[in-house]
Amino acid sequence: MQTSVSVKNLTLAFGAVKVLEGLNLDVGTGEFLVLLGPSGCGKSTLLNCLAGLLEISEGQIFISGKNVTWEEPKDRGIGMVFQSYALYPQMTVERNLSFGLRVSGMPREEIEKRVARASEILQIQPLLKRKPAELSGGQRQRVAIGRALVRDVDVFLFDEPLSNLDAKLRSDLRVEIKRLHQRLKNTMIYVTHDQIEAMTLADRIAIMRNGVIQQLDTPHAVYNNPVNLFVAGFIGSPTMNFLNGRIDGSTFSIDALNIPLGNYKFEKDGVGKLDGILGVRPEHIAVGEDAKKMPFQLDSEIEIVEPMGSDTVGWTKVAGQSVTFRCSSDIPLAPGQKITIGFDPARGSLFDAQSGVRV
Amino acid sequence: MTDVATTAIAVEAPARRKRRIPYAAIIGTLPMIIVSFSVFFVAIIFVVIWSFTNSGMFPGFNFVGLAQYTRLWSTSLWQVAVNNIWFFGVMSLCVNLVFGFLLAVFMDQNIKHESVFRTIFLYPFSMSLVVTGLAWQWILDPNLGLQESIRNLGWTDFALAPLVHRETAIYGLVVAGIWQGSGVTMAIMLAGLRGVDQEVWKAAKIDGIPTWRTYLFIVIPMMRGALGTVLLLQLTGIVRTFDLVYAMTSGGPGIATQMPAMYVISFITVRLNVGQGMAAATMLLLPIALILIIRAIVTTVQARRRGINA
Ligand SMILES: Nc1ncnc2c1ncn2[C@@H]1O[C@H](COP(=O)(O)OP(=O)(O)OP(=O)(O)O)[C@@H](O)[C@H]1O
Ligand SMILES: [Mg+2]
Repeated sequence: MQTSVSVKNLTLAFGAVKVLEGLNLDVGTGEFLVLLGPSGCGKSTLLNCLAGLLEISEGQIFISGKNVTWEEPKDRGIGMVFQSYALYPQMTVERNLSFGLRVSGMPREEIEKRVARASEILQIQPLLKRKPAELSGGQRQRVAIGRALVRDVDVFLFDEPLSNLDAKLRSDLRVEIKRLHQRLKNTMIYVTHDQIEAMTLADRIAIMRNGVIQQLDTPHAVYNNPVNLFVAGFIGSPTMNFLNGRIDGSTFSIDALNIPLGNYKFEKDGVGKLDGILGVRPEHIAVGEDAKKMPFQLDSEIEIVEPMGSDTVGWTKVAGQSVTFRCSSDIPLAPGQKITIGFDPARGSLFDAQSGVRV
Repeated sequence: MTDVATTAIAVEAPARRKRRIPYAAIIGTLPMIIVSFSVFFVAIIFVVIWSFTNSGMFPGFNFVGLAQYTRLWSTSLWQVAVNNIWFFGVMSLCVNLVFGFLLAVFMDQNIKHESVFRTIFLYPFSMSLVVTGLAWQWILDPNLGLQESIRNLGWTDFALAPLVHRETAIYGLVVAGIWQGSGVTMAIMLAGLRGVDQEVWKAAKIDGIPTWRTYLFIVIPMMRGALGTVLLLQLTGIVRTFDLVYAMTSGGPGIATQMPAMYVISFITVRLNVGQGMAAATMLLLPIALILIIRAIVTTVQARRRGINA
């Protein structure tokens, strides 16, 4: 895969505070990359650096093979969509789309062609004569995407474009953005702190924390093989269960309870003995009949039941530590009920308790 | 993020609530309403009534129709005064707006010590116009002010004394007026600039729109409220221009810087012709009333349009 956007050793400081430090990132042509992380971790900052809206302190940025580190935003071959839409409120939709092109001195016919194409793709033709104040949130965001579209660029940057919309619109527009990507096949870099958006849209997810990319991988890999405790806890809802114990060769022991690790794939052989944390996803824990087929089983008692409609989340204890599990809503569960739970430790994740790194 | 979303929704959905009448507030402010109504409204009505009489030293009720107005508009003193107010008004309004806006843009560039600058620019406004007038009279005085100090530095043929010449005196007034008023313009405009979403600026940068064009075509249209406030403030100030001129030139040299407000006062107090003074005062009232009416219409129309859109 060809690289479309390449960030080398990027450092950005606001005064004395380094928000990003020595960051490296390569995004392939046509790839949909999602930057995911908690608030304040530097996602927007990274995106603004790519766009040229922030002057970087150190490092280089390449877009479509060109070193654009010192280029103006308009010359970088990018389009950007913002959370607050950032439309020009006193201009009609049509003028919002065309204003940048007019200023650049593009011929009239070409501008009209591009506006027509963008409004056809986004289905905003009936809105062209309206002003932003006369549009709904979803329509506004579509116009904002259109403004990036008419620029006919290789790379699209999105900064939490759906955060201001209500849940229903958000999922509608999410699908539309995915459709748009499949149709245009542009490179897209998309910032969000909504993990559903990240999982559904991304080819690859970059999970950030305090300005450092923790893991950059496919949604499947990030979900199933988190590289450290932070990633494991950040992705997934309800969150992964963490059991504190001790790793000893191929068993994981919590006080008197021994969990055989079976064919768990260690990152490297011979970890020996160390304090560890076993992470198990709630949906990987089976109950009742299904539990009998699991390599590890345990009898326990249900504490709380949370019916979610499509499935049910139950709370119980394993060796005194709280554990949640997710099962079909058809299984009848009640607090106080004795049940058997079971899981396959090979599908879990083991972390070094000290460093939090996957072992 | 969620509270951004909820506030946005809250702003966008103006539930058409029934307006409850605040009886307590009305009763509490009733004395004030009565006083201001009788003082202002009744006074204004009497001004208009007396303008149709031939009242001399004391107001009377001997009606003479439009005679006072005919006389007013054929008096060269009044004509000069009206010309002056137009010139002074247009000049100081335009320069004030442009200069105040440029100051606001300057302040918006993330400069250090912003509050110090803001205080400096706003300071003239906190002074009485009489003080401003006197200060500028001294600054522009040929024997005391700028001209003399620069000549003392060596440029012996330097000339800057606009107030003593008929043709230039009014420019001196304009300068003082701008010095006094552009600080407020700046403060209001700065508030307007700060209200513009930073992401709009970013979007404009990505679109490749030069900064000056962003200000002109995107930011200024977003600042309509601030512009309206500034305009109203300046206009009402201009129509009743009196203290500044009185302190600086007293209408001179000759009648070169006479203003309508001075005309009114001189006819009531010195020339003992109340009827004529009231006619001039009524003429002054007209443009202000017009501005207020237009503004009221504009705001109701805007409010109604907003109500429909949301
Ligand atoms: N102009 C600025 N001056 C100083 N510090 C800043 C500035 N902008 C951002 N920061 C800091 O940089 C860090 C990263 O901010 P950034 O906006 O990139 O976060 P984010 O990941 O986009 O968060 P969110 O999800 O809330 O948008 C934050 O700690 C923030 O306080
Ligand atoms: Mg952000």
